[in-house]
Amino acid sequence: MMTIPADLRYTAEHEWVAVVDGQVRVGVTAHAATELGDIVFVELPEPGTRVVAGHVAGEIESTKSVSELFAPIDGEIVEVNTAVVDDPALVNADPYTAWLYVVAPDDPATIDTLLDAAAYASLVGA
Amino acid sequence: MSLVLSPLDDRLEAAGARFTDFAGWRMPLRFTSELAEHKAVREAAGVFDLSHMAEILVTGPHAAAAMDHALAGLFSPLVDGQARYSLLLAPDGGILDDLIVYRTAPDRFLVVANAANRELVREELRARCHGADCEVDDVTDELALVAVQGPRSREILERTADLEVDGLDTLRYYRALPMRFAGSDGLVARTGYTGEDGFELYLEASAAPALWDAVLAAGADLGAVPAGLAARDTLRLEAGMPLYGNELTATVHPAQVGLSRSVPVARKGEFVGREAVLTGPPAGARQLVGLVGEGRRAPRAGTPLLDGDTIVGEVTSGALSPTLGHPVALAFVDPALTDPGLPLEADVRGTRVPVTVSTLPFYSRKES
Repeated sequence: MMTIPADLRYTAEHEWVAVVDGQVRVGVTAHAATELGDIVFVELPEPGTRVVAGHVAGEIESTKSVSELFAPIDGEIVEVNTAVVDDPALVNADPYTAWLYVVAPDDPATIDTLLDAAAYASLVGA
Repeated sequence: MSLVLSPLDDRLEAAGARFTDFAGWRMPLRFTSELAEHKAVREAAGVFDLSHMAEILVTGPHAAAAMDHALAGLFSPLVDGQARYSLLLAPDGGILDDLIVYRTAPDRFLVVANAANRELVREELRARCHGADCEVDDVTDELALVAVQGPRSREILERTADLEVDGLDTLRYYRALPMRFAGSDGLVARTGYTGEDGFELYLEASAAPALWDAVLAAGADLGAVPAGLAARDTLRLEAGMPLYGNELTATVHPAQVGLSRSVPVARKGEFVGREAVLTGPPAGARQLVGLVGEGRRAPRAGTPLLDGDTIVGEVTSGALSPTLGHPVALAFVDPALTDPGLPLEADVRGTRVPVTVSTLPFYSRKES
């Protein structure tokens, strides 16, 4: 049984979103981490970069495949998790702790349009 | 279309396999972590289910001569129990498959081909053996193949309950011996595709689940783990071994991939592809080389290679080497650019990444 924390929001591209002090912390779900296999490389946007919901914000590579990371909402990157860049295996070890980047959202209300845990669970058949 | 199940399918499932469709077979991609499985093979042992590989028997009084004609290698000089890596060539010299051939008796050869090429190899062997006094039988469905690879593999087989092999301690690389396991006859070969010492065990499908259990039980406290096809791919890549479908295709000549030694033209009589091999690939044909990179981002299959702004090659396999910690890749490059140390660039999805031409293999095991 795959973990899908109830207090997070999700995208159909298998990213999770947590609201921390009005900003949005983004990672990939346990489902995505399992599908990818051992993650060996992540490329994240530089702080200051603008991201657009549904558009490519970075890359995540496992030993076998390369996937794109999509931004969940519009906003500006304020921080990236350099610990994960240095040791991408952290994502496999605990995908909900190993956040990737933080976005200052243009419109915090758009967070509510993302999938809730139940909707994401049904999407991945969990 | 439903997938073919390995005779070990329930064992794979129980071991937590994540499955993949491989040439129509449901085969394990990984069990836990492909990096952990890779590491286990380099440091202890990995146990692989390779039952999807095609096994084809060529038997009869003219089998040796027929094999010499059908494939690129020379088989008539092999002694019983000797194995040879070889190629099935098209008349134009293109590589249709790479395979391992074991001579198990004077008039009996076991041909092990890639799963995707089962029908092709069987039908080509039938056509090429036609008229000779020999038979070609596809025994893929009757046999299971379990590979035990890694520095502890011999120790594991010596401890495996109910496994009887006479002479395992002196079995040389690329040699095979008859084995018995729990009443069934099989073949144990000191061959593999991981760059490590290891063994491949061919056994009747019905006896294989018990063998799988016995080998893993024998190896558990030595660090043996079930390993999947994802680890197998990074292991073979580190060992610089070409893969059918990536490096070896019908448009590639043996000379382009450094396999000319597998084709002893001077010592052979007529065989399919002879004229093309003597002529060689077209002038300017690209050569397979190794590439090493820096950082963590690996050029993958299909990545273009650049010398300045000129495209001079293409990557056929690439990964972050789990053992070496830097990217490694195999690639075809223009024949003037094959010198080790030569700097090139890989266009990784729009980002230029420096790479350096390297000798192969990337990884060699230390001889014990």
